[in-house]
Formats: sequence, structure tokens, C-alpha cells
Amino acid sequence: MRPNPSRDTAVGLFVLAGIGAIAYLSLQLGGVSLRPDPTIALYATFDEIGGLKTRAPVVISGVRVGEVESIDLAEDYRARVTLSVREGVELPVDSSASIVTSGVLGDRYISLQLGGEDAALEDGEEIEFVESAVILERLIGQFIHNTNIESKE
Amino acid sequence: MRIALLADVGVRSTTFAEEIGRITVFASRLCGAAVRRPLRMRRFVDEVFYLGVLSLVIICVCGLAVGAVLGLQGYNTLERFGATDALGTVVGLSLIRELGPVLTALLTTGRAGSATTAEIGTMVATEQLDGLRMMSIDPLHYVVMPKALAMVFVMPLLSALFIVCGITGGYLVGVYWGVDPGSYITSLETAVTFWDEVVGSLLKSLCFGILVGLIATYRGYFSAPTSQGVSSATTATVVQASVSILIFDYFITALWGV
Repeated sequence: MRPNPSRDTAVGLFVLAGIGAIAYLSLQLGGVSLRPDPTIALYATFDEIGGLKTRAPVVISGVRVGEVESIDLAEDYRARVTLSVREGVELPVDSSASIVTSGVLGDRYISLQLGGEDAALEDGEEIEFVESAVILERLIGQFIHNTNIESKE
Repeated sequence: MRIALLADVGVRSTTFAEEIGRITVFASRLCGAAVRRPLRMRRFVDEVFYLGVLSLVIICVCGLAVGAVLGLQGYNTLERFGATDALGTVVGLSLIRELGPVLTALLTTGRAGSATTAEIGTMVATEQLDGLRMMSIDPLHYVVMPKALAMVFVMPLLSALFIVCGITGGYLVGVYWGVDPGSYITSLETAVTFWDEVVGSLLKSLCFGILVGLIATYRGYFSAPTSQGVSSATTATVVQASVSILIFDYFITALWGV
């Protein structure tokens, strides 16, 4: 069978397009990076993380600056969350991290509020001020409990 | 009467077992042919053209359409809960985990698998394969193996293209109906993980490629050398490949958790 250059070109383009699609799925959506942006690791320990998952976004004023890298149980049985934050984002040492929900049923993510100190958090440091996730059911339970006590009095 | 029924069941089960055995032997012969020199690269590239490049249009159009329908259905359902921001997750996960590999395999069965069976079947009927044997060229090596291998090769590529088209279709419909483009992409990126979703999806389509390639070439190679034999072999390919894709899909999902 004789070689057919135009057909070979079509096959080449097809294979490239297919590999491009696979690359888009793995690199862009799957979050695998060949040359990762330099990030710093920060830690935060929460009493309650609700439904926070790894790869959840970390935002400042709603702008994504990093993601949740891992979630472990600390020695005191609190939740120790590792955040990877883009290098170059200068966070004052008295910044605080809170777990919030997008919408009522939306995904949990971590929002950072900037502090006022001059010194910035370094790689591997702990964010001291944290605000745990709000569990809606628990709030409702407390509310019902309180109204019960008040009505008895 | 009852004996006849029993005998019928017996004949059917032995035929089925025999068929499984023959297709396994055929598969091992194909594997042997795949590593034997010469490698038949020329034939392989040509088959990638016929099976892959010519299936591109149908794959892209169907991908866009399926993505658009998913976007519309997902939007209408999610709107009731005010959770339309999660549209990207719905469209992306269902495409990557299930619809991409399965629909691509079904479409490729209809578009390329049937053609493969018909072509090999016609070669059997017109004694072209015997002609090759006369020239001491192994038809399994020259005709059948490149087709089966090309099918295995193109399936993951087509499936990935289908998924990307589908995600685009869902994006267009979602954004048209007022979903924020940023939250569509963000919810997609948060939900999709490399190992669980992307690798699993590619493995799935690879399995389907092996399945379709094997069934299509087997049916063609062993079709009866008559016009009726070729037509029934083509029908058998489409039916058996489609059914086994859906059955294997369940087991792959159950065993690997993809």
C-alpha cells in the first residue's frame, strides 16, 4: 500500500487532538501540573470542618489564591488542614481562616481574612485565628433547645 | 417436550462456552500477531484513519449534543434547589465517568465496528484472505491485527474528545441560561480528580476498545462466506458489542469504583 501524505497528516492531527483532549482533562480539570506554580504550605487547625474536602478553594475576598491540600486528624483530635497558597501572597501573621459555604447547599471552602500586622506568614507556619464550619443542624438544635428552656421558665 | 426444552438449554450453554473459548483463542492469536515482525505500521496508520479520523465528526457532534442536553436537564433540576452553580460538576462528572466512554464505544461500534466486520467478512466471502494465504502472508497479521489494534488505540482518544466537546456543550447551554461561566469551570475543576476520574475514564474506554476491536474482527473473520453470512455477522457485531459494553461497564464501575 502506497504512503498517502494527506491521510498521514490527518492521522497525525487526530492523534494530536486526542492527546490534547487528554492533556486538558488531566492538567486543567484533574489538577495535575507538570511545572507546579510555587506555593507555600500553611496549616490551620479547626474544631469542625463540616464537609470540607481536599482541593476545595482557598480564597481572599472571593478570589482564589490556593487550595486545600490535605486534611488530617491532629493529636488533640481536631482537624488539621494543610493549605497550599500561591507564593507571593503576603498574609499578615494575625490573619484568620474561616470555613464558609457557597450558598445554602453549596460546597465548603476556606476564606482568609487579612490581619493588620507587618510580619507575613512564612511557609509551614500555622494560622492561629480560625473559625470553624457552621453546622446548620446544630444551630437549629441549639435554637430549639433554647426556646424550650425559655418557655419552661 | 420438557426433554426438548432441556436439550435446547444444554445446546445453548455449550455453544456459548464454545464461543467464549474460541474468542479467547482468537484474542491470544491476535496478541501473538501484534508483536510479530514486521510491525505493519503502514496498515496500522491507515486503519487509524478509517476508524478514528472518519469517526471524528460524529463523535464531536454527538458530544456537543449530549453535553448540551445534560446542561439543560441539569440546569432545570438544579434550579429548583437554587444550586445551578454546581452545573459544571453534574455535566463534567457524568460525562467523564459514564457517558463519555460508554457513548463513544457505542457510537464507534456502529460507525467503525460494523464496517470492520463487513470488510473482513467480504474478504472471507470473496476468498481474498485465501489469496493472501497463497502468497504466504498471514491474513490475521496483515488484515485483522492492524484493525483490532487501531480500534484499541483510537477509543481513548475519541472518548477524551467526546468529553471535551460535551463539557463545551454544557458550558454553552449553561452560560446561555445564566450560569456564571467562572463557577461552571470552578465546580468542574473542584470535582474532577486525576486518578479517580480521568485515569479511570481512560481505562474504561481502553477496555471498551479491546472489547469492540475483538468482537468486530472475530465476527468478520469467522463469518459464513455468503452475503447472508456477512450481513448476519455485521448485525451480530453491533448487538454483541453494544450489550457487552453495557455489561462490562457495570462490572468495571463496581470493581474499580470509577
